[in-house]
Amino acid sequence: MADAVYTTPEHAQLRDTVARFLAEEVEPHGAAWEAQGFVPRAVIRALGRLGLLGITYPPEYGGAGADALTAVVFQEALARSTFGGFVITVLVHTDMASPHLAHAGSRPQLDRYLRRVIAGELVTAVAVTEPDAGSDVASIRTRARRDGDGWVLDGAKMFITNGVHGDLYFVAARTDAESRGARGISMFVVEKGTPGLRVGRALDKQGWRSSDTAELVFESCRIPAANLLGEENRGFYAIMRNFQTERIALAAMAVGHCQTALALTLDWVANRRAFGATLFDKQAIRQRLALLDAKVQAARAFLYHCAWLVTQERECVREVSALKALTGELANEVLYACQQFHGGMGYMRESAIERLVRDARVLAIGGGATEVMLEEVAKRLRT
Amino acid sequence: MKVLVPIKRVIDYNVKVRVKADGTGVETANVKMSMNPFDEIAVEEAVRLKEAGVATEVVVVSCGVAACQETLRTALAIGADRALLVETDAELQPLAVAKLLKAIVAKEGPQIALLGKQAIDDDANQTGQMLAALLGWPQATFASKVKIADGKAEVTREVDGGLETVATKLPVVITVDLRLNEPRYVTLPNIMKAKKKPLETLKPDALGVDVAPRLATLKVAEPPKRKGGVKVPDAAALVDKLRNEAKVI
Ligand SMILES: Cc1cc2nc3c(=O)[nH]c(=O)nc-3n(C[C@H](O)[C@H](O)[C@H](O)COP(=O)(O)OP(=O)(O)OC[C@H]3O[C@@H](n4cnc5c(N)ncnc54)[C@H](O)[C@@H]3O)c2cc1C
Repeated sequence: MADAVYTTPEHAQLRDTVARFLAEEVEPHGAAWEAQGFVPRAVIRALGRLGLLGITYPPEYGGAGADALTAVVFQEALARSTFGGFVITVLVHTDMASPHLAHAGSRPQLDRYLRRVIAGELVTAVAVTEPDAGSDVASIRTRARRDGDGWVLDGAKMFITNGVHGDLYFVAARTDAESRGARGISMFVVEKGTPGLRVGRALDKQGWRSSDTAELVFESCRIPAANLLGEENRGFYAIMRNFQTERIALAAMAVGHCQTALALTLDWVANRRAFGATLFDKQAIRQRLALLDAKVQAARAFLYHCAWLVTQERECVREVSALKALTGELANEVLYACQQFHGGMGYMRESAIERLVRDARVLAIGGGATEVMLEEVAKRLRT
Repeated sequence: MKVLVPIKRVIDYNVKVRVKADGTGVETANVKMSMNPFDEIAVEEAVRLKEAGVATEVVVVSCGVAACQETLRTALAIGADRALLVETDAELQPLAVAKLLKAIVAKEGPQIALLGKQAIDDDANQTGQMLAALLGWPQATFASKVKIADGKAEVTREVDGGLETVATKLPVVITVDLRLNEPRYVTLPNIMKAKKKPLETLKPDALGVDVAPRLATLKVAEPPKRKGGVKVPDAAALVDKLRNEAKVI
């Protein structure tokens, strides 16, 4: 696939580094991580040593100081892996959780955590979703009550990626008991091992099996006043801002998986024979693959366009929401067809395509479900 | 002490190479290109020599089209200090490259020219040897271990049936083999730093070298398609087939 106009020679080098890391450090070991339910911390730290966990963060903390396009190159390259659980473990850390710290952290908070976050020594998680509040973020009920020189958190969080083995949690809680809805929500940093925070259970998922996902329980969990992240009662807006970063990363993940799935499938149909020819010789099959490839290329161009809008600091909620909806659905369309063309082997646990099918499903659900994304687009269609 | 590392941009080793329909060469349009893997090992070794305090500067040079700059940048990201591009769209054969490199050696004055033992595109395995001959320098090819000390090079070479160790004076041409080292990962901070390192472009004319090919390519063709195998019931049947059908024993 030809490169987008935005990409530079450095992007190509970054892709090469990531591809080598996948080939040597991920693909041979991913099956064991799927079985144990999490990615070993040493792998995260190895990515940290390559400078890949702080792409857009300031060099003074060990970041690369690069732009949103470079981040997308990394996300897409990482998502060429056939282990979605590995990919999401990393991307939640780099593009969904740690941005809360990098964007809103005070000087002392940055000094305390950011360097180790970028080095991969502290793995981060973001805890917004609750058992009774997912798409509707403004309806969360976890409470943070001011008490002397600290805050006391009570409530529960659901579906938290890196929640079982994470070191640092960015938690959304209601700080103004009077207000309802978007106002009155704040973000907090909670360190692993803080009394009153426990993992309710590790959740068993259809896909992303090498990613650990937790239900978290906060019971009179006391944290210092200094752990308020950003402005009190303005957390909802910080969450919405970070959702843009998160959704682009998820879109890059979808596009990366689509490319890998198509490559695996092209290989398969070129070698598999039926009725006197290869499956690729059947026009019904190769034309379907050609159209899917066209859709993936179009989605990829849109992905890079959205990242470019971010580098230009343009308002792009409509575009990013549309991108998230489009790519979440496209990943499922592509994987469904790729599995189909693998025949029975595509249904077997030993094939990468079978795993990618399960991994793709959540891309239309997590981090902004398709319907919710389309509402964001629809609201902006008629202005 | 300066180390010069010549590097070549080749079709990436993962690419399935296709012969052009008209038989004049192989398809390079829209094909991923990378640094010749043996050259990457040479760059790694040079950077290690610098890190060990043996070398003071690592200069990389590539001869070819403008896009070779990207390959040079990769070498800079591994840790080379400076890059030179001898830019030309002409077809370059090993002798022409060796002549260009001789001119670069005269300009730069390195004590070691460290090359890959061959390039994976044409597999010629000639440039290092030709360069040594043109310069009148000693050569140590197929290095699997390199030791530089007291103005001497001690190089372990992989030869048929074992390892051979040769000692030479400096300056020397060394070509490296696969097992010399494992090149490091190129980290993102080093990719960013490489952008700012100096890269100078020269033309063959300025070096006074005539690069015109001395060999003509008549035709390039695909290797014959592999035929499907057969299963034999036991060793005796295999020996029989090898002797009477394949006639190889
Ligand atoms: C594997 C996994 C990992 C996750 N990781 C994290 C994490 O690390 N941190 C975190 O905070 N959250 C995480 N989530 C939560 C995820 O972001 C939510 O699941 C998602 O936002 C959807 O919320 P929900 O599950 O409550 O579904 P609901 O909000 O109950 O939605 C159910 C369905 O209703 C639809 N729907 C909702 N509202 C509307 C509407 N207005 N119009 C039409 N349809 C609508 C939705 O699109 C969806 O199809 C994770 C989820 C999963 C599955």
